[in-house]
Amino acid sequence: MIAFEQVAYSYGGTATLSDVTVQIASGSFHFLTGPSGSGKSTFLKLCYADLVPSLGRVSVFDQDTHALIRDDLPQMRRRIGVVHQECQFIEHLSVIDNVILPLTVAGRAALPKDVTDLLNWVGLSSVVGMTPAALSGGERQRVALARAVITSPEIILADEPTGNVDWEMSLRLLTLLVELNKMGKTIVVATHDLNLIRTVKAQVAARVLRIKDGRVLLAGADL
Amino acid sequence: MKQRSTLPPTEELKTKSLRIVPPSGLGVWLTGLTAAAMSFLAVFAMALALTAGLVAQNWSSELQGRATIRILPSNENSAQQLDMLLQILAQTPGILKAQPLDSATQTALLAPWLGDDIPFDALPLPQLLDVTYAGERYDFEGLRLRLAAELPDAIIDDHMQFRGPILAAAQQLRWLGYGALGLILSVTAMMVVLAANAALAANGTVIKVLQLVGATDRYIVRAFVRRFALRAFLGACFGCLCAVLALHYMPKVAENSAFLRAFGFVQGQWIWPVALPFFVAGIAYIATRWAGYRKLKELI
Ligand SMILES: Nc1ncnc2c1ncn2[C@@H]1O[C@H](COP(=O)(O)OP(=O)(O)OP(=O)(O)O)[C@@H](O)[C@H]1O
Ligand SMILES: [Mg+2]
Repeated sequence: MIAFEQVAYSYGGTATLSDVTVQIASGSFHFLTGPSGSGKSTFLKLCYADLVPSLGRVSVFDQDTHALIRDDLPQMRRRIGVVHQECQFIEHLSVIDNVILPLTVAGRAALPKDVTDLLNWVGLSSVVGMTPAALSGGERQRVALARAVITSPEIILADEPTGNVDWEMSLRLLTLLVELNKMGKTIVVATHDLNLIRTVKAQVAARVLRIKDGRVLLAGADL
Repeated sequence: MKQRSTLPPTEELKTKSLRIVPPSGLGVWLTGLTAAAMSFLAVFAMALALTAGLVAQNWSSELQGRATIRILPSNENSAQQLDMLLQILAQTPGILKAQPLDSATQTALLAPWLGDDIPFDALPLPQLLDVTYAGERYDFEGLRLRLAAELPDAIIDDHMQFRGPILAAAQQLRWLGYGALGLILSVTAMMVVLAANAALAANGTVIKVLQLVGATDRYIVRAFVRRFALRAFLGACFGCLCAVLALHYMPKVAENSAFLRAFGFVQGQWIWPVALPFFVAGIAYIATRWAGYRKLKELI
């Protein structure tokens, strides 16, 4: 589903990632871990073609992200749900409008029941009418997760989705991702939180990728 | 900030591309104001061009094909002179009609200047002839020379001396009006491009978010284009309305100037100020579209 072949990426100076070869199979659950600044966000951006590799090849849905023409990119992005680390929203729209934005831009109507269920699950039903600026960091992350999964995309990439929420809520959000994985979605979650990884690994067969010195390694069972 | 505890009904969850561009951006306001100011000016430029055209047309058609011959009072027998003149005119090709003005008509023409109680009969007045000719077949210069040779007291005037320069001025005024209109509309387009560019730059986050959730360039540009075209349209409507009101309430002291009295629009010409807002919206549409696609290509 996502394949890195000898990928290197550099923001201009030294390479952030180098010689990365990874396969992320359809329906798999991956954690991405590593120290701050190691390149987790960079890896995910390469996956959703926000960045293209300096060297090597990234293919998503069997398409080389380098070769994607302008008009293909939106089509590809609609099949991927992303929780960005910065949690960017359209600040003058309400929370609900932000959550259904991926549907809106695709010209699809939201089923109110689905939206209600989703917002209840992430504990946001009381803030739907507010604008994102009025939310706490944790609430913003939950809105971002809701927006990422609203279209029920084939791939869900989450960059630190639990960075600002308490343990209970972290588990709740991860449970949502696990449920989606059980429905066949491919999930990649970048996180520092090893406890979270351990807990989830008990529920689902998850692989852990560790980024170290620009290389992506498959971490052993020890963790 | 409004707080909503329950989810909005289905209808509210439909496409809202219009609101994706913040409604309060500077660019959007500038566009509205520019459209209003420029439309106001454009209406006047239009009125100028159309009025000048109309006046030129009226003058030329009114005076077209007509000349006046004066027989100056002299020692000669004026009745004989008139007969001779009529004979000459009868022989001139292209002359359709030559009508000597009777003394009553002449008196009526002079009365406003000289007063009613002047003994006109006693005055040595020129005899006037109203001549109608068919433009193509008539040789003004030939007739003038012949009269000079055979009847030196008769002077022909086809109003060209007086009409020519004024007609030229009216034509020039008309082109000036069209030129001004062209400039005004070009400046409008440029302002909209600048404002749209500013808006696109200021809404970098909005665009980034839209792209990441899978919005096409077309969708993003359309959201901007709609907002700008709509603002330009509303601004232009307002500007046109103000201009039309200003034309309507123009000071009435202009009453005795034919040009100023005619300044404005007549009947069918009203289509132009009415069409202007649509035209300005069209300009804004094209300008924003162009700026939008250009900016998006720049962003990635
Ligand atoms: N836009 C950028 N321009 C230049 N350098 C960048 C840019 N974004 C990231 N970097 C650099 O690339 C490296 C990897 O950044 P990245 O955001 O991928 O790290 P990360 O693993 O996500 O870190 P964190 O856990 O703090 O989110 C960092 O050293 C960072 O300074
Ligand atoms: Mg990061």
